[in-house]
Amino acid sequence: MSQLMSGARILLECLVREGVDTIFGYPGGVTLPFYDAMYDHPIRHVLVRHEENASFAASGYARATGKVGVCCATSGPGATNLTTGLVDCMMDSIPIVALTGQVTSKLIGSDAFQEADTFGITRPCTKHNFLVKDIKDLSAAIHEAFYIASSGRPGPVLVDVTKDVFLGQAHYAPVNEIHLPGYKLVLDGHAGQIRRAAQMMWEAKRPYVYAGGGIIHSGAHEELRELVETLDCPAVCTLMGLGGLPSNHRNFISMPGMHGSYAANMGMYESDLLIALGVRFDDRVTGRLAAFAPHAKVIHIDIDPAEIGKNRAADLPIVGDLKRVMSKMNRNLKELAPQMRPLNAGARKAWWDQVNAWREQHPLLPVFSDDEIKPQHLMHEVDRLTKGETIVSVDVGQHQMWAAQFIRFNAPRLWLCSGGLGSMGFGFPAAIGAAFAHPGKTVVAIVGDGGFQMALPELATMANHGLNLKLIVMNNGFLGMVRQWQELFHNNRLSAVELSGFPNVEHLGAAYGIPAKIITRPTELRPELERAFSIEGPFLMDVRVTHNENVYPMVPAGGAINEMLLAPPQPVPVE
Amino acid sequence: MIISVLLENKPGALMRVTGLLTQRGYNIESLTVAQTLDPGLSRMTISVDVDVKLRPLVIKQMTRLINVLQTTDLTDAPAVCREMVLLRVRAPMETRTAILKEAEIFGVRVVDSSVDGFALEATGDPEKLQEFIAIMGSYGDIEVTRSGMVAVSLEAKKLRLSPPNPKPAHEPAVMK
Ligand SMILES: Cc1ncc(C[n+]2csc(CCOP(=O)(O)OP(=O)(O)O)c2C)c(N)n1
Repeated sequence: MSQLMSGARILLECLVREGVDTIFGYPGGVTLPFYDAMYDHPIRHVLVRHEENASFAASGYARATGKVGVCCATSGPGATNLTTGLVDCMMDSIPIVALTGQVTSKLIGSDAFQEADTFGITRPCTKHNFLVKDIKDLSAAIHEAFYIASSGRPGPVLVDVTKDVFLGQAHYAPVNEIHLPGYKLVLDGHAGQIRRAAQMMWEAKRPYVYAGGGIIHSGAHEELRELVETLDCPAVCTLMGLGGLPSNHRNFISMPGMHGSYAANMGMYESDLLIALGVRFDDRVTGRLAAFAPHAKVIHIDIDPAEIGKNRAADLPIVGDLKRVMSKMNRNLKELAPQMRPLNAGARKAWWDQVNAWREQHPLLPVFSDDEIKPQHLMHEVDRLTKGETIVSVDVGQHQMWAAQFIRFNAPRLWLCSGGLGSMGFGFPAAIGAAFAHPGKTVVAIVGDGGFQMALPELATMANHGLNLKLIVMNNGFLGMVRQWQELFHNNRLSAVELSGFPNVEHLGAAYGIPAKIITRPTELRPELERAFSIEGPFLMDVRVTHNENVYPMVPAGGAINEMLLAPPQPVPVE
Repeated sequence: MIISVLLENKPGALMRVTGLLTQRGYNIESLTVAQTLDPGLSRMTISVDVDVKLRPLVIKQMTRLINVLQTTDLTDAPAVCREMVLLRVRAPMETRTAILKEAEIFGVRVVDSSVDGFALEATGDPEKLQEFIAIMGSYGDIEVTRSGMVAVSLEAKKLRLSPPNPKPAHEPAVMK
């Protein structure tokens, strides 16, 4: 059974079949027919105020749910504005589908009004992209796009649709099969390798779990907990993996890397077996590669074969979906446990003693002051209210690192963060995406005074929809993270980092109809945050914090992971 | 390194392969592409300067492309590599016989002859051709067009293709 429909309607029909309920977008000339079809269609379209924010909102939606986020923009400037969000999703393996309009197929290549080579421009920004110039290809392209975005290593997929395709008429028949002969997925993992990995884990004296974003994408958090508990070994979650193991789990150390804790980094450095799960040995984690985990063998499990051995050779590689691989591995570990557990019991105890000693030597503790609000104090107070159970979206900069250090996440998909791309302007629109995905829940966005001003227009989106979103600006008067680098590595020559002229947020809130508050005194912080959280609906807070606080520990770029600046710039010698 | 790539003959597929190499800063030395027996597929041979240590990574990244069915590193594998050179050489009367003699030695065909000189067609492995070009250069002005390398592996490699996948069925929330 098939019926004659316009391309625009066929597209909507495909979206419905993919389970899409929300599109973040911005209309324009060539997408007019699509917007006309949406006019009386139940799929919800959220009008953002800039296309970049549509892509970030879709990213936030996907990060908070694991479902494919969808954004939409017109040709030319609409499409080019989406690209930052696409690259963000590419770097962090986030499934989104971006729909863009393109000029009528006959006009392609003629420099028509608002024509841009979206297909060419977004090729390196996407996992895959499509240009649909014939209505016959439309439904297959849409379903393939969703399949590619959400399967294997997830990622962004863009479908560029010409205006004549939207306007054309065709018989729509559901697509029931995806045929992509070149799209190879290895999901199960090699059984022999998995068994060998389990053996190696028991044989290790100083095993250490290094878990990343792959745990979240694969939904392998239960398996991770089981593995860590079976082996009873220390575990760290990367910036992308926070919430993969509950922050309050006794085996959880903290985040490793450039602003990771002393214990997390020293553990990496001294371990004799790194169990690397869904990670990519990013330079922000490893520091100087040659000095990273020099004593460790590496078991590397990832769904993407191209990640294995890319930065660090794996002694035992396993390609597969983490959830599947780890559930098998956990069974193997348990089978081996009775005979293997006693083997290294003494060494394992000594290892824990050492890790705990590092934790005590340089714990990650918030800083307080009677005179001014310390940024760490702010994060500590937010943590008190979010209780490890609330979605927190952050922007990029110092606040992001302090949030990662001091806010706990006891479940996956609560921590939304542009990790790989580190794109300012992400935090607020991503929180909007998450708020639409979870209408019943409070969503917190913490952004810097710089990043806030990059996403400012979305105050209107937040106000229009009365989103239950608490937008907290950590206001230090500077592009803080850049200021920190200028202070530490450029003789404190502060160049273009002062953010004077920050708007009065109480006036801004009044202008948009959003309750807002400037918070300046440490004693006000808790009651004001509590008040903001107790009010249903949007709230905007400008929290004035110490201007020149630096994030520590810090592994300077290109430094070895065990040589952290702990507070004042003094390298910590290795034993 | 020499890479043989089997890919879908679709718009943009070639760009994905070359983009992957240029994105990573590799300089492509030569590239050939043409349809295979199956008109839906193309075969590319790429010669590109990649550090030995990075070669497996490049192969994996290329294999990851959705339109790519198979990628093989032929650099050190049993394979036959050939290239074609079309060459025009100015040949005044006194050198014509000598040039034809050289052509014969190298197994090169004369495809055009005029009072000015010859057009020659040479195929062979790239080193041999390089030698031939050098010799021709010693006779005077030459103009050279090279095809870029084509290669075929001498080992049969199983082509593993993903079978069609049933589309995960979402209950349509709305049907109009
Ligand atoms: C789009 C974009 N531009 C520039 C940068 C470089 N950058 C990284 S952190 C940072 C400073 C951010 O300042 P702010 O938003 O005030 O946050 P803070 O560091 O003070 O917490 C800048 C400019 C970036 N990450 N993203």
